[in-house]
Amino acid sequence: MRLGGFWGLMAAALLAGLAFAALTNNEYYFFAAYAILQALIMAIAWNILGGFTGYVNFGSAGFFAVGAYSTVALHKFLPSIGIDAPLFVHVLAGAVVCGLIGLGTGYLTLRLRGVYFAIATLALAIVGQTFMNNWGYVGAAKGTSILTPDPPQLFWGYVSFSSYVKYLFVVMLLLSLMAIVISRYIATSRFGRGLAAIRDDELAAECMGVPTLRLKLISATVMGALMGVAGAPYPFMVTFVDPQSAFSLVIAVNSIAMPMIGGTAYWYGPVVGALLLGTAQEVLSVTISSELNVFLVGVVLVGCVILAPRGLVGLVNDMRAKAKRHG
Amino acid sequence: MTGAATTVITDPGLFLNAVVAGLLLGGFYAAVALGLSVAFGQLDIVNIAHPAFIIVGSYFAYLFGARYGFDPVITGILLTPVFFVLGMAVYSIYYASFERTGQESLSGLAFFFGLMFIIEVTLIMIYGVDYRLVSAPYIGVNWKIGVVDFPLRMAIPFVVSMLMTIGLYFYLSKTFIGRAILAVSQDRQALQLMGADPVKIKQVAFGLALATASIAGALLIVIGPVEPSINREYIGRAFAIVVLGGMGSIAGTVLAAFILGIAESFVLTYASPSWAPAVAFGILLFTLAVRPSGILGRPS
Amino acid sequence: MAHSILRRLAVSAAAFTALAAIPALFSTPAVAQQKPIKVGFSMALTGPLGAGGKSALIGMEIWRDDVNAKGGLLGRPVEFVYYDDQTNPAKVPPLYTKLIEVDQVDLVVSSYGTNVIVPAMPIVMRKKMVFPALFGLAVNDEFKYDRYFQIMPAGPVPKEDWSRGFFQIAKSKNLKTVALAAADAEFAQNAVDGARKIAKSMGFEIVYDKSYPPPTTDFAPIVRAIQATNPDVVYVGSYPPDSVGMVKAANELGLKTKLFGGGMVGLQFAAIQKNLGPMLNGIVNYDFWVPAPTLNFPGIDAFLKKYQEKAAAAGVDPLGHYLPPWAYAYLEVLGQAVSATKSLDQDKLAQHMRTTTYNTIVGPVKFGANGEWASTRALMVQFRDLKADNLEQFTKAGSRVVLYPDSVKSGELAFPYRQ
Repeated sequence: MRLGGFWGLMAAALLAGLAFAALTNNEYYFFAAYAILQALIMAIAWNILGGFTGYVNFGSAGFFAVGAYSTVALHKFLPSIGIDAPLFVHVLAGAVVCGLIGLGTGYLTLRLRGVYFAIATLALAIVGQTFMNNWGYVGAAKGTSILTPDPPQLFWGYVSFSSYVKYLFVVMLLLSLMAIVISRYIATSRFGRGLAAIRDDELAAECMGVPTLRLKLISATVMGALMGVAGAPYPFMVTFVDPQSAFSLVIAVNSIAMPMIGGTAYWYGPVVGALLLGTAQEVLSVTISSELNVFLVGVVLVGCVILAPRGLVGLVNDMRAKAKRHG
Repeated sequence: MTGAATTVITDPGLFLNAVVAGLLLGGFYAAVALGLSVAFGQLDIVNIAHPAFIIVGSYFAYLFGARYGFDPVITGILLTPVFFVLGMAVYSIYYASFERTGQESLSGLAFFFGLMFIIEVTLIMIYGVDYRLVSAPYIGVNWKIGVVDFPLRMAIPFVVSMLMTIGLYFYLSKTFIGRAILAVSQDRQALQLMGADPVKIKQVAFGLALATASIAGALLIVIGPVEPSINREYIGRAFAIVVLGGMGSIAGTVLAAFILGIAESFVLTYASPSWAPAVAFGILLFTLAVRPSGILGRPS
Repeated sequence: MAHSILRRLAVSAAAFTALAAIPALFSTPAVAQQKPIKVGFSMALTGPLGAGGKSALIGMEIWRDDVNAKGGLLGRPVEFVYYDDQTNPAKVPPLYTKLIEVDQVDLVVSSYGTNVIVPAMPIVMRKKMVFPALFGLAVNDEFKYDRYFQIMPAGPVPKEDWSRGFFQIAKSKNLKTVALAAADAEFAQNAVDGARKIAKSMGFEIVYDKSYPPPTTDFAPIVRAIQATNPDVVYVGSYPPDSVGMVKAANELGLKTKLFGGGMVGLQFAAIQKNLGPMLNGIVNYDFWVPAPTLNFPGIDAFLKKYQEKAAAAGVDPLGHYLPPWAYAYLEVLGQAVSATKSLDQDKLAQHMRTTTYNTIVGPVKFGANGEWASTRALMVQFRDLKADNLEQFTKAGSRVVLYPDSVKSGELAFPYRQ
């Protein structure tokens, strides 16, 4: 996608989102959209280390939950010293904390073969959950309630929101677009080409002088930071955070399934996958409901990897190439 | 409280029991990890759905127990051929879709993730989310030898698991097919030159791996209640054991299972049990940092 | 000529009227063409609390069918609009906003379990709706919402009232030392927090106080560690799999203590009761309704019969003693409030529910200022004389003897648990 076209698309998405927010006050749509955008950011984040670099992260829920819990902890701590922090402070904090954890995890495990890294991320997620289960300050296993704040007045009162969840939706929209921009930047830059070299053949890349460890660490840090960003506003949306639901396996699997369904090699793969699978899941929860939601992820994932290993984007590209050859 | 605390720490009976309980538990964990040790350790197949297959084994044990009054362990053993065939089938799909095309790292993983969910939901749709339990004459019975307890509910799974492990170990080291399985993980080309078809060998291996799930599942439901989503609790433990023990080593897997069992037992007895999962996985992370090939694995 | 046209017109008119009347013949009286009253909720139909949620839904559907058979509420049929929240708090806010804003339900009730009731609170509070709730512990402590009504009979201080009976029994036998063990999960931690407070305030000495992670496989080490401190009383807060694990381990190791039980969830479920059988003998645990002569309220037997017929097909708890009667009751109080105030106005309903004592299949229900029960009816029951492999014995009085509260006591404590 050419640069001009890309920015045009981003601007159009932003305007469409804002128009949607302005035109309706029905909170349900904002909650549903929030869930899809959250999954989108997680998918994009995962793909930076997974799709671009080739290192599979099993513990995405761990990063997400730490982002959420950093908000919970700050939300309790800051008012006690007299600071009333706006949402973006929590988002920033989530990004920093989880970015550092990504860096640390990477430093400990990225020297290992890919599959060991995957298991180490799983182990870290479990250690993280055990830690949160025992940390009384954020409620431990009992969980903690967050009272929904009042919708903020921004820009000296010129911009106000009829409900807090509408505000959250706009925030997530901005964060999603930012994540897409970052992801595209990585994919099309020299940094991204280095990551692709690592993914395709790490040994060869090393021999060619690519600083593989450094690139992998940066990749892991960016992934961690973005996942923290996805998790930071979560407590304000859900109003009740407990380790069992924050560290949910479904979050981890969705963050792998969505990029795979879309196509891990492309920056827009996770976007396609998240929008499709996320919307399907939201629709299913209010129609057929129940366990079919989880069944869907399983079947789509298996079907996709067997039939369309390069994702939907890959499939479309293949069809286009075939058409061109025959056309 | 000091009085009670010092009694706790210095009581030799408590210590001995913690060790024994840890060994019994570790023996069971070995059964869980054994199939993964073959699939992941030998064949490099990241079968994250292995615990889900174990739960299927548990449900078979429940079903045969509720309907026909079969002892769960008997059911588990009887159904190993069924699971074996199932394993071969699953491997064929896996091979055709991924290994042949070289995509196994990510796609294979996603495949098993999807399979895990499909199994879990299918069980829920058939049996609901209620806990299932079995009865057997030895559940609830305790043999006390001196000051040490051997609850049969843990001891019998231990014995069955050890028999299964020893059986598998000898199969792999003494029979032709078994040795071919060990060979295919080390040097595929040499095996081909020797006239064995690596794909068929791997099929048998994966079938064996899944066959252990039948028995492990039966043992699981003897120990405690089962419902479809508890497979998630064992994914971490199973992989931790295989990696800790060393890829490709059955003995390593068993050793790692004992270590995990004893670590958990000691934390439950003496320290704050809440930290038990962190201890287990802390050990794993430490191993990965210091000696990634595991205890008995071959350093790469 | 005009005569025959007139006749034909008359015949057609009569035929037309007759045809139009046929639908009226088939519809139930007074409910024929009315707009239904929609009751909206999310329910934990899958996930950790799915088993309970499914059995609760059956109880709720029986209420709806009972009400509609009698002509509905305010002469209108009652209809449910519900979704599965998968026991996932993240699903609850969108589902309740959809129920209220998109589906436009007239009344809302809660899901089952603290972690899926809490996220609905901000939303129902903003819309100022009456919120009958099903089995959440101390949900209203933070919110202090005056239209929240919890049907679980824990009592005005739920976290403590839950275990008060247990420790009163302990006190009455002059027991001194207490061991507390709880699963690292919401309800168990809350229950044990309350138990700790009450034990301290009553002057007990706490000799063991630890939590364990829910995916613990073998409980023998924990039971041994508890035994090593030689407590008079062992109070456990646990979920079904760990309750089973603790009871089995306690039996295998021969746990010696004078009072054992407390807040173990799962010992009220039919499948677990049948499997544990005689291992339960002597345990004193919480419950909310058991078949005992002191709890034989009008309507409960009929309800249980209807439930048990449906339960067999649905693969849920076959006896239905634990949650289903309360699922029926929390709708019962709402329905009675609607009928009494003859309106769906949330203000009027809230007023009525704050001040009235309702007669339900679980007995008289009266809410206190904070939405909890005005006085506790969290039972302490003791399992007695149980034989192996026998589900039927749990339907008879005497299998679970009610020891507390005094108003419904049905027997004396068999003491001690084991020497």
